[in-house]
Amino acid sequence: MKIYDKPVIVIGVLIFLAIFAFPLWTALGTTPPQPKVELPKDMKECVAPTEYMKSSHMQLLNEWRDSVVRDGNRVWVSHTGKQYNMSLTNECLRCHNEKSKFCDQCHNYVGVVPFCWDCHTYPKEAK
Amino acid sequence: MLEKALEGQPRYWGWLIFLLALIGAAAFGYSFQYREGLSITGMSRDVSWGFYIANFTFLVGVAASAVMLVLPYYLHHYKTFGRITILGEFLAIASVVMCILFIVADLGKPARVNNVLLHPTPNSILFWDMIVLNGYLFLNLIIGWTTLAAERKELPPPKWVKPLIYLSIPWAVSIHTVTAFLYAGLPGRGFWLTAILAPRFLASAFAAGPAVLILLSFLVRGLTKFDAGKEARETLAKIVCYAIIMHLFFFFLEVFTVGYSMIPSHLAHLKYLYFGYHGAGGLVPFVWTALVAGFAAIVLLIVPRFRQKEGLLITGCILVFVCTWIDKGMAMISGGFVPNPLHEVTEYAPTNLELLITFGVYGVGALVLTILYKVAVSIKQQEELR
Amino acid sequence: MTFNRRDFLKVAGLSAAVGLGGNAAFELIFPGQVDAAEEMKQSPTELTAKRWGMVIDVKKLTPGLRKTITDACHINHNVPTIEPPKNLKWIWEAPFEHVFTEVEQEYLEEAVKESPMLAMCNHCDNPPCVRVCPTKATFRRADGIVMMDMHRCIGCRFCMAACPYGSRSFNFYDPRKYLPDPVPNTAYPTRTKGVVEKCTFCTERLVTGQLPYCVEAAQGAMLFGDMSDAGSAPRKALRSRFSIRRNPGLGTQPQVYYLV
Repeated sequence: MKIYDKPVIVIGVLIFLAIFAFPLWTALGTTPPQPKVELPKDMKECVAPTEYMKSSHMQLLNEWRDSVVRDGNRVWVSHTGKQYNMSLTNECLRCHNEKSKFCDQCHNYVGVVPFCWDCHTYPKEAK
Repeated sequence: MLEKALEGQPRYWGWLIFLLALIGAAAFGYSFQYREGLSITGMSRDVSWGFYIANFTFLVGVAASAVMLVLPYYLHHYKTFGRITILGEFLAIASVVMCILFIVADLGKPARVNNVLLHPTPNSILFWDMIVLNGYLFLNLIIGWTTLAAERKELPPPKWVKPLIYLSIPWAVSIHTVTAFLYAGLPGRGFWLTAILAPRFLASAFAAGPAVLILLSFLVRGLTKFDAGKEARETLAKIVCYAIIMHLFFFFLEVFTVGYSMIPSHLAHLKYLYFGYHGAGGLVPFVWTALVAGFAAIVLLIVPRFRQKEGLLITGCILVFVCTWIDKGMAMISGGFVPNPLHEVTEYAPTNLELLITFGVYGVGALVLTILYKVAVSIKQQEELR
Repeated sequence: MTFNRRDFLKVAGLSAAVGLGGNAAFELIFPGQVDAAEEMKQSPTELTAKRWGMVIDVKKLTPGLRKTITDACHINHNVPTIEPPKNLKWIWEAPFEHVFTEVEQEYLEEAVKESPMLAMCNHCDNPPCVRVCPTKATFRRADGIVMMDMHRCIGCRFCMAACPYGSRSFNFYDPRKYLPDPVPNTAYPTRTKGVVEKCTFCTERLVTGQLPYCVEAAQGAMLFGDMSDAGSAPRKALRSRFSIRRNPGLGTQPQVYYLV
């Protein structure tokens, strides 16, 4: 198969790739700051195993949301049998009371902006 | 076929660039709405739908009116519409695209629009509106494109499109009926709570759509030498004429029922629109203009001597457009919200940003229409050259 | 598709099993958690009813009391104060002839006719707003409360057109811009721009065994209870006095009754 205007096309594709890979080649050789998550000191366990919370807390929060708003069930019995109030502001943030040292660490690292905070409040922190 | 849209005179490209600039400006305007919410519109707690939904309603009608070409041409083999039917089908496509854009522009949370599919709710008319509008878009895309492609190869259209064409006929009626049902089933809104709303919508649509098409066919003839045919326009003009008569007749029926029964929650809206209500009467000059335009259009279109003069036909079609657009694009939605169910009066007028975004949506429609017409006309002309 | 916690455990267990072999692997990763008794349940303190409803004793409402009531609701629910016409209200004062448009009682007792009423969501048995919502963002709970799922609302405002009582408000603005920082009630969320909101009969209060804010503030002028229970406070009040409902002719079956 013959490609017409081969040099133009090749150069065009290269320019596209260069622009497309912009975030990669500008960050070459640098180490991004690692997230430093500060865990509550006096608490030993969370509402679900740590591994699960790390990977899937957003799914859990969605389940909680639907349970509370739609089914009216507000009590969560955890894997260890402890009972919790299913509430982001009133339960999660009771222990993880500094959003900037917990939630934001990973969220900023991976560049996600969860819209939870558009509505749900968090305790004010000293800057 | 799309390659036909990639060649043209500077005039063609200039027009496309103008449209893209308009769309760009409107997109910039929309970025404000996206950030600041619908606060940038003139809508309020009492008038919670405005210009976007009104224009959406009007354009659903224009889209549905393609049936006025498809039905005679495909069902009754009315050959005179042979050259204009494709223009009608493509106008329907552009209109549905605009409808969908208007709905999205009107949403408070456009990023969540998928929720309609994730949580399908058959008891909501909006759910059905989504289905019929998207269905109609695809039907017309498939029908228009395949018949045109077949024509290009000088072949009859493939057999499998026939059932789709027949399906598109009731489907066209359904899109405007369902749109009327959005309003006609709401208990607290006397202005819309009437069984005549869907027929009235259809009548004004069958006037507005073909009127726009006649105007477009003149425009196409002036720009490309492609003539959809005097006889086709003549037939369309008759359709427009009887449809606008039906529209005004249905309106009269509404006025009688509401006016003679004198039920306040129904009467208040007509009072507001035509005479003003508790000192508020922003739409009064418009609705009377619409009424006068409608009657004037009937005179121009019903008398053959007038109808056959191009200048008067064009005037008549513009009058029909003015009449139906004011009726649906301005009065129908605001009129239903003023007064509100508590009989409080809050008026509505669109803001400049709202107008800009509206023009941008019309710009997208014009862009889609230009490209589709370019393809259609190129192929039709090529065929005639042979 | 939600990938819930149990699915996660299954997949994690399965992938672990492939690598390490059988239940042993699962136990290694999640010791003692295979049959963890996770569940979501109702709060034991929750007030429950077959059919929640409310009675408003119009004659007991004084101007001061009406303000106390509306403030109690709006402040505790972080309802922003925005000038009309883009304002939000969950419970509000309005003249009798606006609240009861269809009553048309020209010569009604002046004490009733001239004192403003309180208007709010009627938590209808047959709610038009629920019928029209394309995403089930507004829905009727088994106990009759017409609830809003602000997470799911797409802001189409169909419910606002459908409600014959004008009980719904739309967030034209970002409400936080019109609220102090921190918000008045930090235990309750605000809303976000682009969603519809309204009275929820204080579902968040019922959970902890408390009555709605308005009822608490009303000093007996508002009664809240189970309409299916003939012995409940609102039912007793309805037996003793004449009551009206807003536009009952529409068949919506409002569950807010006014003693006049």
